[in-house]
Amino acid sequence: MATASANNRSWYKRNEIALTPWVFLIPGIFMFSLYVIYPILQSFWISFHEWDGLGEKTWIGLANYERLLGGDRKFEISFWNNLRWLVLYLLAIPMGLFISLFLNQKVFGIRFYKSLFFFPFVISQVVVGLVFSWFYLPNDGLFDVLVGKVGIDISGGILGNPNTATYGIIAAGLWPQTAYCMILYLTGLNAVDPEQVEAARLDGAKGARMLWYVILPQLKPATFIAFVVTIIGALRSFDFIAVMTNGGPFGSTRVLSFYMFEESLSEFGFRMGYGAAIAVVLFFIMLGFIGYFLWSMYQDEKGAH
Amino acid sequence: MNSIYKASVAALALCAMTAPASAELTGDLRIVSDMSNPAPRAVMEGLAADFGALHPDLNIELEIVDREAWKTQIRNSLTANAPDVVNWYAATRMSPFVDAGLFMDLSDLWEEPAMADLASTKGALTLDGAQWGVPYTYYQWGVYYRKDIFEELGLEEPVTWEQELANCQVILDSGRKCYTIGSKFLWTAGGWFDYMNSRTNGYEFHIQLANGEVEWTDDRVRATFANWRQLIDMGAFIDDHQAYSWQEALPFMVDGEATAYLMGNFAVAAMRDGGLTDDQLDFYQFPQINPDVAPAEDAPTDTFHIPSAAQNVEAAKAFLLFVTSPDVQTAINSGDALGQLPVNAAASVSDDKFIQEGFEMLSNNASGGIMQFFDRDFPAEMASIGMEGLQEFMVFPDNLDDILERLEDARVRIYQ
Repeated sequence: MATASANNRSWYKRNEIALTPWVFLIPGIFMFSLYVIYPILQSFWISFHEWDGLGEKTWIGLANYERLLGGDRKFEISFWNNLRWLVLYLLAIPMGLFISLFLNQKVFGIRFYKSLFFFPFVISQVVVGLVFSWFYLPNDGLFDVLVGKVGIDISGGILGNPNTATYGIIAAGLWPQTAYCMILYLTGLNAVDPEQVEAARLDGAKGARMLWYVILPQLKPATFIAFVVTIIGALRSFDFIAVMTNGGPFGSTRVLSFYMFEESLSEFGFRMGYGAAIAVVLFFIMLGFIGYFLWSMYQDEKGAH
Repeated sequence: MNSIYKASVAALALCAMTAPASAELTGDLRIVSDMSNPAPRAVMEGLAADFGALHPDLNIELEIVDREAWKTQIRNSLTANAPDVVNWYAATRMSPFVDAGLFMDLSDLWEEPAMADLASTKGALTLDGAQWGVPYTYYQWGVYYRKDIFEELGLEEPVTWEQELANCQVILDSGRKCYTIGSKFLWTAGGWFDYMNSRTNGYEFHIQLANGEVEWTDDRVRATFANWRQLIDMGAFIDDHQAYSWQEALPFMVDGEATAYLMGNFAVAAMRDGGLTDDQLDFYQFPQINPDVAPAEDAPTDTFHIPSAAQNVEAAKAFLLFVTSPDVQTAINSGDALGQLPVNAAASVSDDKFIQEGFEMLSNNASGGIMQFFDRDFPAEMASIGMEGLQEFMVFPDNLDDILERLEDARVRIYQ
């Protein structure tokens, strides 16, 4: 009798619980595959060709990668600059933490200061880049005037000197990125358990020890997000470079994403295959980092259960 | 099938054009133009309106896109839903679209008797033995200088390289720089190379280099750089030019900290806006370096083209004939419109002092030839690598060997 009633129900009805989520996911999966997964695969495919974006594609196998990894100077410069970005951009996290701790005081008028610190995050990156490039201008720029007072003269100005240009751009990028990390930490600090803080205080913890053993562990989720966002931000840094130096002087501030744009989409670029090869390399670098974070997140969740 | 269709359309168009000008044009004419700055935009809108008035049954759709954005947008525009007329540039800059079959062969249009007056730029619009567009304007390059400072120092416009160097020394001794330049966006350095190379080795050599037929490590190329280096070693150029755009380098000239600027004629408007009067500002042709070569001049030509997927070819060709006619070219290049030179020899030139001088120079003293500019004569990839090397050379001239080897590597790969 029981088996008969089970058979009477349709196949969908029987598997409803398992299937329904997938039914709802179908539009999302479809869009994601069409606009994210498929273009990634397409990039892989194009990277094996020589193609100007207009005519016929010519299959050249791994030749693009051979040229790219076999001593392309522009690629080497871009790669090392990417590493510089990666390492120095992470400074945004401690800086953001420091500012958020400072702003988390209960003092009259602190909201006003908070809003000032939010500013760089609100302003478009393009505008930040433009303002910083004026700030760095040789001779007339405020920065040059200030360092000139202590007797430092950077030939070509910060952005005109191949040794300093990348650092100048990273410093500009750190400004909004620090504000972003600060926002993350301010949110995190709201969630810090006051009872734990109170208990620690009774145990005699204060200052650095309180921060390290009580506050920071509770900020772990915020730190995690800050890391992911900052690393991805560093790897895809593009707007600042485009606005501030356009890859110059002499190509010394290129990073992989900018080089890819130059090769395939810019005014003089229509080497789609070569650009795609750069994109693939950048994709794997990012995948490495994101994979690591997903893995550590998975480990954390496993530990929590 | 497609070619038969195209041929018959071309034949039809030809018939239409040989018919009286009042031949009725109907349907839609879609024009995409990159003349996005205020004055050129007004010119383009005027052109569309005037052409529309001649052909009341024709519906003209004009779309104006940002000039810089168009350099990348054109690729999409020509492949998907192509318009009937587009703006672009002459010389090698056309080749990606010609090679991909996206520009229509306009050789038949160039056989029209009216086109004979455009002969000066026919070469720049010819690729693979056919013509692919028509010119509507061009402008001279040359040395714009502060006449008042020259007078104060008792200098004359230099004609030879020795005079140029001597002048420059006097200017430097007076505490000024000889030349301002902003090389942040690279192409300004390309202009210097065009002149240094064509004056040292001649037009033929310059074009051979552009076509990849000469090695960058050739002694003649080194001679060009050696001449250039004389100026660099003197300190003739402003410091830190790699940090400035060409506009950001203008104040040096306006303030009198630098006395001259090698530029295209479009810079005159900016200099006048900066407060320089025509009494303070003058123009001379880039001086002679090697007396054995005839002077060649940079005079980039802006052009109209018909995409091969155009729908209304008949109207498009009629529009191209319209913009190349002497009256229209006179009107659109006048001082209050584009302020440049008409290509049509029968058109008259604006009475602006600099346009007059430029016209005189290009008509009578450019016997070497007309160059289109570094980034239009050289293939795109070579141009971008090359200009980066030129900028580096201007800041670190000692890196020359390394730069030339890099360019030679690129040449071998690009022109294979």
